[in-house]
Amino acid sequence: MRVVVVGAGPAGMAAATTAAGAGAEVVLVDSEPAAGGQFLRGRARFAHPGVTHLTDTEAWLVEDGTLHLRGPARLRFDALVVATGAYDRPLPFPGWDGPGVITAGAAQALAKQGVALGHRVIVSGTGPFLLPVAAALRELGATLVGVYEASSPTRWLREARAVAANRHKIAELAGYRKVLARLETRTAVVAKHGDRVTVAKLDRDWRPVSHRTEHADLVCTGYGFLPRTDLVPHAERTGDFLDVDDHQRTSVGNVFAAGEVTGIGGADLAAAEGVVAGAAAARRDPPREALEAVRRGRLFARALARVHAVQPGWRTWLEEDTTVCRCEKVSLRDLPDATGMRELKLTSRVAMGRCQGRICARNAAELTGVPFDGQRRVIAVPIPLGELAALPEENQP
Amino acid sequence: MRPDVVVIGAGIIGAACAQALHARGLTVLVVDRHGPASGTSAAGEGNVLVSDKEPGPELELALASRELWPELAADAEWEEKGGLVVATTGDSAQPLRDFAARQRAAGVDARELTAAEALAREPHLNPELTAAVHYPRDAQLNPVKATRALLRGIAVTRAEVSTTDGRSVTTSGGVIRCGAVVNATGPWARGFGVNVLPRRGVVLVTTPIPGAIRHKVYDADYVGAVASGDADLQTSGVVESTRAGTVLIGSSRQRKGFDDTIESEVLRALARRAIALFPMLTNVPVMRAYGGFRPYAPDHLPIIGADPRTPGLWHATGHEGAGVGLAPATGRLLAQLLTGETPLVDPHPFRVDRPEVMV
Repeated sequence: MRVVVVGAGPAGMAAATTAAGAGAEVVLVDSEPAAGGQFLRGRARFAHPGVTHLTDTEAWLVEDGTLHLRGPARLRFDALVVATGAYDRPLPFPGWDGPGVITAGAAQALAKQGVALGHRVIVSGTGPFLLPVAAALRELGATLVGVYEASSPTRWLREARAVAANRHKIAELAGYRKVLARLETRTAVVAKHGDRVTVAKLDRDWRPVSHRTEHADLVCTGYGFLPRTDLVPHAERTGDFLDVDDHQRTSVGNVFAAGEVTGIGGADLAAAEGVVAGAAAARRDPPREALEAVRRGRLFARALARVHAVQPGWRTWLEEDTTVCRCEKVSLRDLPDATGMRELKLTSRVAMGRCQGRICARNAAELTGVPFDGQRRVIAVPIPLGELAALPEENQP
Repeated sequence: MRPDVVVIGAGIIGAACAQALHARGLTVLVVDRHGPASGTSAAGEGNVLVSDKEPGPELELALASRELWPELAADAEWEEKGGLVVATTGDSAQPLRDFAARQRAAGVDARELTAAEALAREPHLNPELTAAVHYPRDAQLNPVKATRALLRGIAVTRAEVSTTDGRSVTTSGGVIRCGAVVNATGPWARGFGVNVLPRRGVVLVTTPIPGAIRHKVYDADYVGAVASGDADLQTSGVVESTRAGTVLIGSSRQRKGFDDTIESEVLRALARRAIALFPMLTNVPVMRAYGGFRPYAPDHLPIIGADPRTPGLWHATGHEGAGVGLAPATGRLLAQLLTGETPLVDPHPFRVDRPEVMV
């Protein structure tokens, strides 16, 4: 019985450990040199006698019971756990494609390596994940000009049930006292020209109602997350995130999913889902505590998604010449009327470049009113032709 | 409003039919479940080829289309890049030369090149080629932009069509009464009474390497693969750049219904074929793969004409991988037949009541 886990963040590590504990032969595949994922980058110590950890290894295709790795190499599996996480969603505004604007996730990753990239820093977006980013930059000595939350915190008042089940989440906020002092809600960066940053107060739909100018050399933005689901392009999903049942099973046979590919709820929910997925993948009943933790965590995750949902007023932040797709240099005025994503892409080249729409496709869809189809990419990472040509024949091991 | 003609399918063929009917003063309504160019039309490379056609009715249709396209595709990235067909084995050199000679006799501009001349045209080409033929008239366009250009000024509605009796179509949005119906549903045409099957194809797209590949370049065995009726996987090296600098790599042919799973076996075969033509592609990354379904008639000829069983029902489908190249002449032929004009090519080979076609 071999369980292969892709992604060595909190969900993947928990899945690997649990499946190995249940007696399965486990291979954990991750593209980074060390375990931890985005959340625990450089701080995780992962070692388990029953788990073979393949570092610096990219997976690019799932084909029946085989996971294809860069190299090329193949891994047979009886069960696969996809724990590939999510990445930040940026929203475009005039200047977002210029120097001094990065995603909150990139800022956090750099901060964990001791790099602040700016002296006067703004963090702008939505969701509690902005706070650790701001805190990390502040600890590195950057001046925190502001932490701007586009949504209104009063929306949490409607989520009493989720809050009651997750009091520890509220307690975590206390740890960010020093950055909370810089927090402004219903506020966002809506333009950046050099060090001049236009900051707007927003109405409930995120339409600017007033503007002011701040000075900052770095703006870190993150408007929620987009899941990295390219390994299972045919799996059923809701609003981008993979659908799973109470054993973390996806709609694809023998493929499980855990962590942020199923929804955004923090590292503890991801780890609990990893335990459930790891047990189920090894054909054991998941532990009751983990199932309960998932249930509670999902209440919080759903509330988070409602409270911090991106509101349509962001579309008014753009000028006609604001870049929407950086790879192919497509601006707002280049986007045609279209009925589908494919038509939109092939007429404007939006989402056709190096990032394959990972950054811009969702935004382009919302700007044009085209239904967003989840961008099913069948090759998860770029792969040289020579490597495809070297793929082993079917009957070879 | 009761349209004169309802065209089912807003792909390149449906759009060309609608355009030709509209140009003759008829009111046309195009119905598609997903919108313009959402199926086969956008899943290919946008080729307008004469190089891959044997002398015969399909070549005549292709030559007629080639005349019509430049005016219709003015703002659809029309590019007269030319085709370069190369033989890579000793055995395939003479058949390629013979094929080109027959085409020349049928009016195709097909110029034999020496290896040095071929390499001057395509510096990265594998120098170990055994024969090469240049087709200056082969061209490429953006199929989505071309479809939209053809549909300009024509009503398109989004609905799924369940049935038609030639005088009305029953859609998810209600019944539309009309004078005639054109089935231009490509690989899904079987649902309206003609024997068309899907033949799967996959295209690989690399990261941009602008200027490196100038023509549509393909292996001489491509023509054999196109003409084959085999259900098993067949691949052939077909390599060309787009205006954005990305390189498109085909071609594969497989009959496996509407299964759209990407198989590593297909990716491997396409990569090997492409590298055999252009060794420098070895280190170029593929950033995406896409696939589609070619509408395939068992006798490899398009189906264009009236359905003898259902008055008012017309078909325009079965163009396999050549729909973009054959679209304008198909649209014009269909419109001429429907309005009683003299047809631009002999319509008989494309008639609906062929034994392989009627189901």
